Formats: sequence, structure tokens, C-alpha cells
Amino acid sequence: MKITGIMVYYYFVCKRKLWYFSKDITMEHNSELVEIGKILDEYSYNRKKKSILVDDIINIDFIEDWKIIHEIKKSKSIEEASIWQVKYYIYMLNKLGVEIEKAIIDYPLIKEREVIDLKEKDIVEMEKVLDEIKNIINSKNIPKDMVRKSICNKCAYYELCYV
Amino acid sequence: MKETFYITKSGTLRRKDNNIVFENSDGTEVFLKSEKMDELYLFGEIDLNTRLLNFLSQMGITLNVFNYYGYYSGSYYPRESKVSGYLLVEQVKTQIDLPRRMKIAKEIVCSAARNIYRNLRYYNKREVDLSVAMSEIEYFISKIDEMENINSLMGIEGNIRKIYYDQWTKIIKQDVEFEKRVKRPPDNMVNTLISFLNSMMYTTVLSEIYKTQLNPTVSFLHEPGNKRFSLALDIAEIFKPLIVDRMIFSMLNKKQITKSHFIDKSRGLELTDVGLKILLGEYENRLKKVLKHKGLKREVSYRYLIRLECYKLMKSVIGEKRLRRF
Repeated sequence: MKITGIMVYYYFVCKRKLWYFSKDITMEHNSELVEIGKILDEYSYNRKKKSILVDDIINIDFIEDWKIIHEIKKSKSIEEASIWQVKYYIYMLNKLGVEIEKAIIDYPLIKEREVIDLKEKDIVEMEKVLDEIKNIINSKNIPKDMVRKSICNKCAYYELCYV
Repeated sequence: MKETFYITKSGTLRRKDNNIVFENSDGTEVFLKSEKMDELYLFGEIDLNTRLLNFLSQMGITLNVFNYYGYYSGSYYPRESKVSGYLLVEQVKTQIDLPRRMKIAKEIVCSAARNIYRNLRYYNKREVDLSVAMSEIEYFISKIDEMENINSLMGIEGNIRKIYYDQWTKIIKQDVEFEKRVKRPPDNMVNTLISFLNSMMYTTVLSEIYKTQLNPTVSFLHEPGNKRFSLALDIAEIFKPLIVDRMIFSMLNKKQITKSHFIDKSRGLELTDVGLKILLGEYENRLKKVLKHKGLKREVSYRYLIRLECYKLMKSVIGEKRLRRF
């Protein structure tokens, strides 16, 4: 099974969410927040070339000269996950022979941006993460531990997890 | 939460720009809020075209059609987008594993029976004595766990239902004939109400199932198949006493529905247009009613409660957690 950018993102958000998602048990259609994210994605940076799909693995929001990739996010609440998601994009594209200089996470709503690059030690960490993702999505059983954080309250999977 | 729209009049339904317009037979136009629409029920005689169906698909709106006699004819639902091969395989594996199937079937019968018991308990305090029936039902509930196959479980369910229906003339304060449940065609007011509202319940449950990855044909209590989405029948079983039956009792007792809302036809007793509108309005109110869900610590509507039941089923199918009693 191919590991997508969303899976890397979910790995840092919640392992259960990652497992459900990998089994096509999706809940995002229930979520107003996801709807807002989609609209934000649709209406931001309209002049740029948008939504580049590479090898069914990565779906980059937009790219400049094949050198700088951009990811649009609504808020900074789960920043670490977003950072690793774009690091994975750089990692994968480098592997495919595309030299990416850096990635930028854009937060149009709070008018901020953040520059991310992939360091040597990130590559080691990345490979460890990818192995763990493989273990989770190949497992028959769902990870048992609930995150039990405030983020659960806003998650589209909340009812499925806690009912 | 999106909304359900009911059209009881006849006319034409079409797409106009990015919205749906209903044109009455007298030419007046009504703009429906397609952005907020989840389901559309058609009771009248309505013309529509594929342009509208395409738009409904695009907006993810399910269309439910009822015929001239008020019977459910079928649904048009958008291309399935929430599918999970994994979940389907697990659902089927659970279905063919008898001990696991029995576990779920028992939970369904038990939840339904408890809701029936609650209805009786509610009316027991109100000048009618239903205590004998209540203790009989309690006895049958205690036997559920001992059942070893679906047939004997269905037998228990039948017994409970028989005792329950026998109490209805005591609960209902209007003068109604109701000796037993008669379908196709229903022979009296109460049977007509049950038939109509049960089919509403069936479509509501079905549309909630469609919002999950569950497959509606693979059921646990009912045998799969029978040319119906039998999983919807399973889940509806739990909610009929809670939504349909309570609604019938209260509407008849408050005289919101009386003999004047029915016409005697060769095909049994039918609802009048006015009666239909009253019922749909009340049904919608019931589904929208919210209650505090203790486990989730959230307010949920009765409609959403149905979805939560689907989620619980999903979890027990993937072996995550034993289905808890409702």
C-alpha cells in the first residue's frame, strides 16, 4: 500500500484516525471544518497552478517552478503534522529526482507562512516514521489508545471513536 | 445538520441555476434550499428530468419516492462515494460467523424490547395498568441471552411484539379498532399509521446507513436479501418503538389525528392529504428533537442517534468493541 501525504499527516495527529483512513473508513464528509478547509483551498492563490497529484501519493496544493512546494492550511493547531507532511513531499520528490529547494506552509486566514526544509537528520526520522505507518496500516487491529486531547472534540471521527 | 424536504403537492421539479425549483400545478414557484438539503421526499405526482437527477447527485441529495397510495416505491441516491472494501469483508465475515451474528442480533432484539418496555412503563403511570404485560416482556427479555439460533430469537421477538400490540387499545384514548397488526393493505387507522410511519422509518435509517461504509444488504437479525435493504430493517427495529410508536400514541391521544384524516378505499384505509402533512410535520419534529448523549457528552438529534447506532455496528463488525446496549 502506498503511503500518502495525508497518512503522514494523520500519523502525527492520531494513530486511530490513520488506521480508519487506511481502511477507507472516512468521516470527513460529516465535518464542517473539512468543508471550510476545502473552500479555503479552492479560493486561495487562484493565480497559481493548483493541486498537483504525483504518483497518487502526494497532492501538492501548488508548486513554483518545481522548486518550492506550497501547502495551504487553515490553522496552526496541529503544526507538527503539517510540517512532516510537507517534509514527506520533499523527501518523495527528491527520491523521484525532482530537486525541491524548500516547502512553504501558507496560512491565508492568519496571513502567515512558514518555510520548511528537509535536513539530513529529518531523512532518518522520516524513514522511521514511514516504517511505523506501514505497521499501523497493515495491522488487523485498530490502535487502542485514544488521543483524549482537545483535538478529539473537533475531529470528524469523534463519534465513531467515542460512541 | 442538513435538512429533509417533503413535497406533498403535484407539479414539476427542476434545476434552475444552482438550485432546485418546485413549480406547483397552478404555476407558482418555490425555491428549495439545495445547499442545505440532505433528502427529498416526493408524495405527489411530479415531473422531473435527468438534469435534476445529475444535480441531486452532485449535491449528494437522496430522493425518496412514494406512490399514489402513500407506499414507498424507491429511492434515487447519488453514486456511492463512501465505500470500504475492508469493512464490507468484515461485515460479511461477522454475518456468517453464527456466534458473532447472534451477538449482534440479540443486541438488536434487546434494544428494541427495552424501548418497547419503556413505552409501556411511561403509560403505566397514566391511569392504565400495564404491569402484567410489562412483567411478561421482562421475562422474555431475560430469555434473549439463552437463544441459540435466529429462529428462536425471532420467536421471542414475536412474543414481545404480540404482548405489546395487545396493550395498544388501552394506551390509545381514542376509540380505535386494533386487534392485531395487519399489513398490505392495513385495515384500520392504527395499522395504516404503523405501515406508513414504518416505511418512513425504513427510508430514514437507509439514508443514515448510506452515510457510513456499511453495506445495507448484509443484515444480522433479518436474513440478508429478501429484495430489501435488510440492514435497514434491523436498525429500524430499535427505533420504531422510540420514534414511530410514541408518535402514534401521542398524536391519537391529543387528537391531532382522527378518523377524519383517513378515507376508506378498496385498498384499505388511506391517509388524506391533510393527514399526510400532519404526520410528516410531526415525524420531522421527532427526528430533529435533541437529547443529551451521556457517552459522547454532546447533544444529538434522534436522527443522529440512528447514525450512532450504525457507528456502533461498524465497530463491532471490525471487532473493536462489543456492541453496547442502547
